[in-house]
Amino acid sequence: MKTEEEMNVSENATVEEQETVTLDRRRDVSNNPLCLSGRAVTKIFGSGKKETVAVNRVNFDFHEGELVSIVGESGSGKTTLSKMILGLLPMTDGEILFRGQPRDISTNRKKREYWKNIQAIFQDPFSSFNVFNKIDTVLLDCINMNGGKDLPKEKKIEMMTEACSFVNLKFAELTNKYPFELSGGQMQRLMIARVFLLKPKILLADEPTSMIDACSRATILDMLLNLRDEIGMTVIFITHDIGLAYYISDNVYIMEHGFFVEHGSADDVILTPKADYTKRLISDVPKIHEAWDLSTVE
Amino acid sequence: MKNTIRQVFHSSKFVAGFIIFVAILLLIIFYPLFNPGDPLQMIGVGTFAKPGTYVSLYDSVTTDTETLKLPDAADKRLDAVLAKEDRIKMVAWLSAMDVDIEGLDYMDTDALMDLWRANYDDSARPAGMTKAERNYYKRLNASLSSMGSGGRMTVLENDASGEEQQVAAITTDDYVNVRDVANTKNLILGTDNFGRDVLKELVSAARTSILIGLLAGTVATLIGLLLGLLSGYVGGFADDLIMFITNLFTVIPSFILLILISYSIGQEQRGAAVVALVIGLTSWTWTCRSVRSQVISLRNRDHVNLSKLSGHSLARILLTDILPYIASYVVMAFILQVSSGILSEAQLSLLGLGPKTTEVPTLGLMMNWSMLYSAHLNGSWWAYFPVILMITLISFSLNLMNTGLDQVFNPTLRD
Repeated sequence: MKTEEEMNVSENATVEEQETVTLDRRRDVSNNPLCLSGRAVTKIFGSGKKETVAVNRVNFDFHEGELVSIVGESGSGKTTLSKMILGLLPMTDGEILFRGQPRDISTNRKKREYWKNIQAIFQDPFSSFNVFNKIDTVLLDCINMNGGKDLPKEKKIEMMTEACSFVNLKFAELTNKYPFELSGGQMQRLMIARVFLLKPKILLADEPTSMIDACSRATILDMLLNLRDEIGMTVIFITHDIGLAYYISDNVYIMEHGFFVEHGSADDVILTPKADYTKRLISDVPKIHEAWDLSTVE
Repeated sequence: MKNTIRQVFHSSKFVAGFIIFVAILLLIIFYPLFNPGDPLQMIGVGTFAKPGTYVSLYDSVTTDTETLKLPDAADKRLDAVLAKEDRIKMVAWLSAMDVDIEGLDYMDTDALMDLWRANYDDSARPAGMTKAERNYYKRLNASLSSMGSGGRMTVLENDASGEEQQVAAITTDDYVNVRDVANTKNLILGTDNFGRDVLKELVSAARTSILIGLLAGTVATLIGLLLGLLSGYVGGFADDLIMFITNLFTVIPSFILLILISYSIGQEQRGAAVVALVIGLTSWTWTCRSVRSQVISLRNRDHVNLSKLSGHSLARILLTDILPYIASYVVMAFILQVSSGILSEAQLSLLGLGPKTTEVPTLGLMMNWSMLYSAHLNGSWWAYFPVILMITLISFSLNLMNTGLDQVFNPTLRD
């Protein structure tokens, strides 16, 4: 049995360790080539009096190997922007450049080509999988999509086992099971295994940890970072949690009502915020040893 | 899947509907095995023979008899012979003779005969009664007196030379066993206007009507499903175009469209399958609309987006990511379409626009025939009531199954 003091000490040690680990992972990616850029990207829903500008002429530059967070409240346009980046929602105006070239997703064939380069992890793991497909099907699909259609069965199983062990899952236990038989955290890890198999250039993670308990969250984030290091891909991390963004991101974009109000390296933006909105977001993060300032909550 | 089926069979409504429907199906499958033959064969020359067992009179005469002395035989014979009109006339005589007929039931043969025997006097001249009427009563009284007096009947047959030969003498105590009679026919539901066995016709008609319903339901569900899936998932111009056509079909009352199309096809070309197709082609609109709205609510779900990102084709997304999610709904829509297909056929046929009448009977055609030959006016309930009951049972069982399914798949509707 550990004494209470000992436990406190060991917990503190873990926290400090994690901090160092995550902060160590921060990279300067400004010299890397551009992976994805947006120019005056706009999305307007409805028309006339019901017109809503969800994303208003935003510009962005994401570099290769970068982990960039887009932070904002609910309704700020993060998810709309992410859907446009994924090519699931047409833009009203503007242009998205993929590796310096204008992105062309005008036909289904071109869309499929584009989707080989970009993948996503969605917020709700429970609705991310087709409940009628077994886990094997989900993973096999990824191998087939990545050109492994004609590989022998043993090789495919080996690849699936490797992908599962990357996210601490045992493929032998998952085979013939349905995704809904797993917990939320396991499902999100399965999503990461999927990305591991697909090895895309860009991963868009839309609040992947918001529906998951705190313990699983750390694991998932850790796996995301490992995946980035392993594959060397760009990760676009969409979140409303500025604290989370600070710990994992290289660069941060702050989004308010469809605009980017501030962007830069995570340290610059979050430690020395310039925009009022950023300051408010930071003050809204609950602090354990201080009274929570609710004055900014509208 | 297994779990879903178990859940479905836990719904009492579904089970009740299922049992009724299966019972009808079993009747349709097995009855023709016991009673084979053409359901449209006219076995009777007269119209509307009432339900019951028919015994060949000719064969009865030549069948071996047993003598049975039954005490109430004479009364029963009198009971059967005394027509309702005669009874009313007898009561009229009694009241004209100032006999107390208070509380007399004229259908009670014993009481009526007792009063009659005690009070009839052929020399009496009740006030206001014509001679012809008095003669009628004399004849009636004579026939009543001779009834049950141990009369004997002689049966003659013409032999080869044209001479009449006595073949049998029948007394009132002679009985034949029905089983010994060479020809008997049990017509449980009698015959219809053309002298056809109604039960045989009904079973065949139910079979045809269910097939029409199934074909119409399949056509309507397939068209509705295909257009609904495309319209809901693809959206844009395809959606606009499909919805334009759907709205056109919705605005024109489908039954009028059905009547016009059926009329323009012409009776000779209208087989049961053609009628089913016409019904299917005019009733897909609401399946299309509801499938479309279900698909719209599904098409932006994460699993569909993930499937798109996995590079799946349109057909694969529709078949594996959308269709299984709305399958229960489509099954329910199909059941309703089958039910409404059967009802539409009955309505069309009632108007004389159903399938041609020479091939197979349908429930609607049977209704049409019994209406044309005034079965409802002359009291031949067996010609139309079983048909109404059959339509009701089929439709009721299908709707019950549908409600049961609805409760299983839509938990907010559970009790």
